[in-house]
Amino acid sequence: MSEAEVKTNVAAGQTAKVPAAPPKPAEAKEEVKFTISSSPHIRDGETIPHIMWQVNLALLPAALFAIYWFGFPALINMLVGIIAAVAAEYVWQRAMGQTITAFDGSACITGLLLAMSMSPVLPPYMVAIGSILAIVVAKQSMGGLGFNIFNPAHIGRAALMVSWPVAMTTWTKMQDMSAGAVDAVTSATPLNILKLQGYDALVATFGGQGEMYKSLLLGTRNGSLGETSTILLMLGGAYLIYKGYINWVVPLGMIATVGVLTWLFGPGGFGTGDPLFHVMAGGLMLGAFFMATDMVTIPMTITGQMIFAVGAGALTVLIRLAGGYPEGVCYSLLLMNAVTPLIDRYVKPRIFGAPKGGAN
Amino acid sequence: MLKRFFGGIHPRDGKELAKDKAIEVMPLPQELVVPLSQHIGAPCKPAVKVGELVKKGQLIATSEAFMHADIHAPTSGKVAKIEERPHSGRGMCQAIVIAPDGKDEWADGLPLSRNWEAMSQEEILTAIQQAGIVGMGGATFPAHIKLKPQKPVDVLVINGAECEPYLTADYRLMLEEAHKVITGVQILAKALGTKKNMIGVEDNKPEAVKALDKAAEDTDIEVVSLPTRYPQGAEKMLIYALTGREVPMGGLPMDAGAVVQNVGTAAAIAEAVEQGIPLIERVTTVSGDAVAEPKNLRVRLGTSYKACIAYAGGFKETPDKVLAGGPMMGMAQQSLEVPVMKGSSGILALTRKITEHGPEMNCIRCGKCVKACPMGLVPSMLSILSQRGDYKACRDDYGLMNCVECGCCTYVCPAKRNIVQYIRLAKNEIRAEAAREKAKAEAKKEKEAAK
Repeated sequence: MSEAEVKTNVAAGQTAKVPAAPPKPAEAKEEVKFTISSSPHIRDGETIPHIMWQVNLALLPAALFAIYWFGFPALINMLVGIIAAVAAEYVWQRAMGQTITAFDGSACITGLLLAMSMSPVLPPYMVAIGSILAIVVAKQSMGGLGFNIFNPAHIGRAALMVSWPVAMTTWTKMQDMSAGAVDAVTSATPLNILKLQGYDALVATFGGQGEMYKSLLLGTRNGSLGETSTILLMLGGAYLIYKGYINWVVPLGMIATVGVLTWLFGPGGFGTGDPLFHVMAGGLMLGAFFMATDMVTIPMTITGQMIFAVGAGALTVLIRLAGGYPEGVCYSLLLMNAVTPLIDRYVKPRIFGAPKGGAN
Repeated sequence: MLKRFFGGIHPRDGKELAKDKAIEVMPLPQELVVPLSQHIGAPCKPAVKVGELVKKGQLIATSEAFMHADIHAPTSGKVAKIEERPHSGRGMCQAIVIAPDGKDEWADGLPLSRNWEAMSQEEILTAIQQAGIVGMGGATFPAHIKLKPQKPVDVLVINGAECEPYLTADYRLMLEEAHKVITGVQILAKALGTKKNMIGVEDNKPEAVKALDKAAEDTDIEVVSLPTRYPQGAEKMLIYALTGREVPMGGLPMDAGAVVQNVGTAAAIAEAVEQGIPLIERVTTVSGDAVAEPKNLRVRLGTSYKACIAYAGGFKETPDKVLAGGPMMGMAQQSLEVPVMKGSSGILALTRKITEHGPEMNCIRCGKCVKACPMGLVPSMLSILSQRGDYKACRDDYGLMNCVECGCCTYVCPAKRNIVQYIRLAKNEIRAEAAREKAKAEAKKEKEAAK
């Protein structure tokens, strides 16, 4: 194909209708027009909206559990988060005269993830502000889906964290919700208790180590709205892995890194930590399966994704054990998002036929 | 032993439409349009004049250039015109138009009866050259040039993968004319002096493997069943799968000690060497969901797509695209007047249902293209950089020139980005830039010389 032809095609979008040539007068009536475009001429059926809605579907079990566990406020916060995100994207795209893609499911994920990663008793208007900031500042002003450097939900969450630090760290009193079943749990999250009172106090609040693990696995604990149920988040993650939308190395890499490092650097010295607790507590499951796998903001190659996952896990542990915050998933992922372009620049697949062992 | 190449895809293959249709001989059309460029290299110049009578198999066009393949009359008749006609790869091209006389008379002495085993390497190569044989998988590289490699070659790889969806011409040929294919491979092995001779066939064609195995019983030819995965038939992937050798970046198969020929080419070489029959017809698949009765046809070169499609029952639905070749790498045609040529592996007519895809969106960096690229490139970055006009970054940082344009990246892209098209644009711009630089340097040199 000549250069001029290609250019015309690119300029005119993807295809051009060209009349059948040479046109013969006798056949003028049944002149067939064929589409001319560059190969390949067939595509698979996968689309961006389909991928995005599948991710929403995978989040659904944990979201439904949140409504069961935290009650009506949880439902309200998730709905507000979603509606604000979709509306913000729609308004932005209308105002900018862009193609409307607000309903492709990606804004919905942002809104839902944001609500799920914050306290269930956060005032809904704050959730809405977080959603709008996420979409407008972190996503659309960067150029829209695909061009954002940071995970929008995390930017929204970080913005709220600095704006309303008290509200962002006020947790529900569980005994108000489910008839005393978990009345031992105070108004702090397990990671808070660990940070402020130590490991023994933490186990005591649950009434035993076995009870604590069970509670962390099922999600019957205090914490952010959608982060509590390890088992349901793993179920959603497993679905996405099975469907091929996310690569298992990312969640596994991040979770394993957190497990190993928290075990190594335990409270009683080297190798005395409780990895099981750290892996299931806080937002790690939600982060590892649904945020560290956000395809837009993580490296594209498997090796790059491994570096990303291990880096995010290590930063999470650093913040949890040595930092001022009890939880570090959000900031560790944001920091790794920032180095993603660098990882992608240096970690490329080996080109077929390139000299072995050499750079390419 | 078999190596698995990285990436690749499993497109819906559509082969069921024509795979059970035995090869039919297509009757001679009213007019044969024989383009002067049916190969990689210099176009031929006519060796006949308008009004001249020609016989079937007579040389009608040749060239003094090293890189060319001779062209012969597909039937007996009169040279009606020599003029520009539609061409499936070049838009328009000079062509010799022959009005068949219906007698289909052979040129003097043809067909011959020769025993290839008694022929020397030199005689075999001459016979192949005189028959104007080119790579019939679609690349159309002149066979006699490929068979005189500049570097030592110890493996002959025969491509029977036919990994393009819809195409079944090679499959039918392997099934129905296995002996001819095997004879061709033996001749090729003798011409090259290779001891290791392998035929690679995708495992979705078990009958073809069986037929070839049987025909190859008393020979040293290995018939290897390969996993079905596009682009298994891309020559670099095929060599890697069969031998574990990688063709180095920017290199040719001979740099990995191999020569690759298609099964159709092998069969044509058998005819050329044993009977002296030049390349004047080929088997091609006429298929696609818009075609009423998909067929595998033995067609004289120069027969129009229109005649082939009409012979296959015409269109049952309005086609959106008519393709020369397969849907992954074939070229969309604007006219049905284009003729079948040496490299025409298939004529496909696809409806909007098959070709339709949503609008192009932003790259969401999902990495599907990276996982699909058999060459280990990052197609998403190539497409983005090309869109930005940063062609040099495409070349220097992302290995642009290694792209084989197999289309895997574009096939899997959920954002429906026309990645291959952006890559072609970048390649063209890079080549144009190189040509401009060269012209500038030469002009400068001349200027200095003039001083």
